[in-house]
Amino acid sequence: MEGLSVADANLVMYLHPSKSRNVSQSILRELGSLLFKFNETFDGVLLAYDVNILDKQAKILSGVHPYFGLRLKANLLLFSPKPDMLLEGKVVKLSQESIHVIVLGFSSAIITAENIRGEFKYRTKDTEELFASKSHKRHVIKVGTMIRFLVKSFDEEILHIIGSLISAHTGSIRWLDRHLEEDSKFDRSFNKLKSFI
Amino acid sequence: MGLELPKYPEMEEDQVFNFTDSEIVSHVKQALASVLSGDNNSYNQLVGVMHHSKHLAPDEVALLETTLKALAGAVSSIDITHHDSLLSAIYCMSMWNYGPHVADALAELIVSLAISNGKYLDLCLGMLVSNFTPPPYFLDKLKMPHGLERKGQVLSRVHAAFKKIADYVPLAPLRLLTIVLQGMPTIYHKDRAIVIYVENMLKLESGEIGELVGSTILMAVVDRLIELDVEIGWDAILQDDFSKGIFEMELEDVDDIEESAEPDVGEFRLSRKSLAGNSIAELLDNLLVLTFEHLESCEREGRLAKVFETLLQSFRVTVLSAYKSKFAQFVMFYACALDPENCGMRFATVLADLFVQDSQPQPTRMSAVSYLASYLSRAKFLAASSISSMLKRLVDWCLEYCEAHDGDINPNAHRVFYSGCQAIMYVLCFRMKVFVDVPRLKSELLIPLEQVLKHKLNPLKVCLPSVVEEFLRQAKAASLFTVCKTFIFDGLLESELSRAFGGLERLDTFFPFDPCLLKKCDSFIRPMFVFWSMVKPTYDDAFDDDDDDDGSSDDDLVQDFVNENEDIMNDEFGKSFDEQGVDMDEFDYALKKMSITPKATSNYKFGGRFQEPARMPSRIRPSTSPESL
Repeated sequence: MEGLSVADANLVMYLHPSKSRNVSQSILRELGSLLFKFNETFDGVLLAYDVNILDKQAKILSGVHPYFGLRLKANLLLFSPKPDMLLEGKVVKLSQESIHVIVLGFSSAIITAENIRGEFKYRTKDTEELFASKSHKRHVIKVGTMIRFLVKSFDEEILHIIGSLISAHTGSIRWLDRHLEEDSKFDRSFNKLKSFI
Repeated sequence: MGLELPKYPEMEEDQVFNFTDSEIVSHVKQALASVLSGDNNSYNQLVGVMHHSKHLAPDEVALLETTLKALAGAVSSIDITHHDSLLSAIYCMSMWNYGPHVADALAELIVSLAISNGKYLDLCLGMLVSNFTPPPYFLDKLKMPHGLERKGQVLSRVHAAFKKIADYVPLAPLRLLTIVLQGMPTIYHKDRAIVIYVENMLKLESGEIGELVGSTILMAVVDRLIELDVEIGWDAILQDDFSKGIFEMELEDVDDIEESAEPDVGEFRLSRKSLAGNSIAELLDNLLVLTFEHLESCEREGRLAKVFETLLQSFRVTVLSAYKSKFAQFVMFYACALDPENCGMRFATVLADLFVQDSQPQPTRMSAVSYLASYLSRAKFLAASSISSMLKRLVDWCLEYCEAHDGDINPNAHRVFYSGCQAIMYVLCFRMKVFVDVPRLKSELLIPLEQVLKHKLNPLKVCLPSVVEEFLRQAKAASLFTVCKTFIFDGLLESELSRAFGGLERLDTFFPFDPCLLKKCDSFIRPMFVFWSMVKPTYDDAFDDDDDDDGSSDDDLVQDFVNENEDIMNDEFGKSFDEQGVDMDEFDYALKKMSITPKATSNYKFGGRFQEPARMPSRIRPSTSPESL
């Protein structure tokens, strides 16, 4: 899945003097308040962090409230989906108009009917709603399926993704992995053949 | 009728229509799409249907329901700029105006809209939160059966919608939290919307997304309780109007069981009378009752311990630091009462910890020990062993302090110490009988205490004279120890020295768990509360049997009235002891009169909760007049 990255960050954190009694707890709390929010500096949503204090000494800023600046080194797990990235998520709701997906358990995505390729037809089978592929009978998308989709846009405030299933690389992951493998095997042998010609 | 019905395809008056859902949905989509090309007709008709809300005929209701359902299927075609009039019409709709089917359709639409696009999420959540409170015309109907039914119907749908949205948009609860907190009605809202709003907040806390939003919501509720609390001035409560004759009971009013305009009819608690017209007090009363009922349900679900941790945090941050909170702290009291072994002990331990920590500011420490003292004295549900272990901690700390400080009497310099001593003496005034009979306690507790009291710092002279006097009287009667000097207080409540250690905040006269003056609250608290009249002081053995009723732990309700009233009114020991005998005589005559209609009286007097007899203390003996006469 694209969009996930680990970053090494050198941070300077400014703490209020009242926090000086328990600095490590304050650092964790400050970083914790950044979780699951889009951060412009990091250009992504902070998912997890691992932090180390570089220097036990901190510079005190002069002013009305003498905040002190701590230098930290942190490992950050970031999620920053950009358009045309392929993401994976679980289908939680399916209707004729749209497919609702949850990515990484916290980010919601929607794929509207006009962004689902014509290959998929909406069907109701025994009161279960699903999208089934016309060309590949086994390729089925229903509630609970893990699917791979393309990012069209990403709302940074609500962490809401608008996705599309137009591209051929998208659809049910299980089916794609199985068949792409076969396809790639076929491709490789075909290419080998081509090279002989 | 002035409303143009949208023209659904092939609609003719004498035909029977049987459109499939998808046909209607596609028609709506067309109407929405046509706006982009400039043709607003069908779109405007749609908006018109949304706005039409009052006095709907059955076919209009059906139309509204169909339209809402169709819109739910067509959310992907709704554009935030082109269809803003439709969107604002939807957000203004109140589920309180409609029956169950339309409410269902509306909820479905809101959910679909919320999950379709991040841009709509906040507004949809906001719309649902605004449905916490009914429109103004409905507020009065809330008490009636029809109103209650509608309330149940709306709120269940609103909360179910929250859950559905949270299922599809995992971060929605976080946004919801912000919206709920921002939308809290202030205490100055005339329409009392805050009560039903808080009811909804508590419902969120116990609901399916409660784990995510619960603790912040509880803290916000306690914040609001304190806000109301501080609005009630202390002068509204402490009224020294002895001339009125505290035991005047208008018996004729007692028959009037209906809640009359005068809420305190027949109520002879002066302090309550002064709170009678106080709308803020009534509001606080209602909110506290809501909170108590919520705590009860938490306890039934087995989550009380977890909720208690949030309450404790809230208490430390909000209640403890508020200047002499009057009633909000009873939330802690009630929670402890529901689970004495865990929560009850935890509360006492936290308070004691705060007291002994040097790093805490002085007022916090003094406040904490005042809370502890009042709590240990008034909590009927605490075991003697718990109380003694807490007392031992206090005594040990005071002794250590004495040994470390070799100074003379100095109220200003040793404020924390004096408040600790006063706390110990106060608790022993209530509980001394318990400790006297156990020799181990005597040596562990009372011997070090004697050392403290006889130290150069002289707490007996500095602490509140009324407390010291009662303590010494009981100590003497129990032959615990004798003091060399006699202290003459003349029934004084306070002295210059006590004022000095109490400081500006007057923490020397702060007894936070004194009887609750809010009527409805009190009926909850009463069964677990120790009134001074229930206490059997050690010197009581010296009097005749007549006065045994005083200390009877059997809780003769009639006795409670006498002494409780003194308790509240005086808030001091001096007066109550001296005037006890006199008041009894005056009162007995009135008591006899009362025995004519005892049940009604008792029910009414105890906060009027006669609809729910389960609340009443089980030990009521309605028709007994005091045996002494």
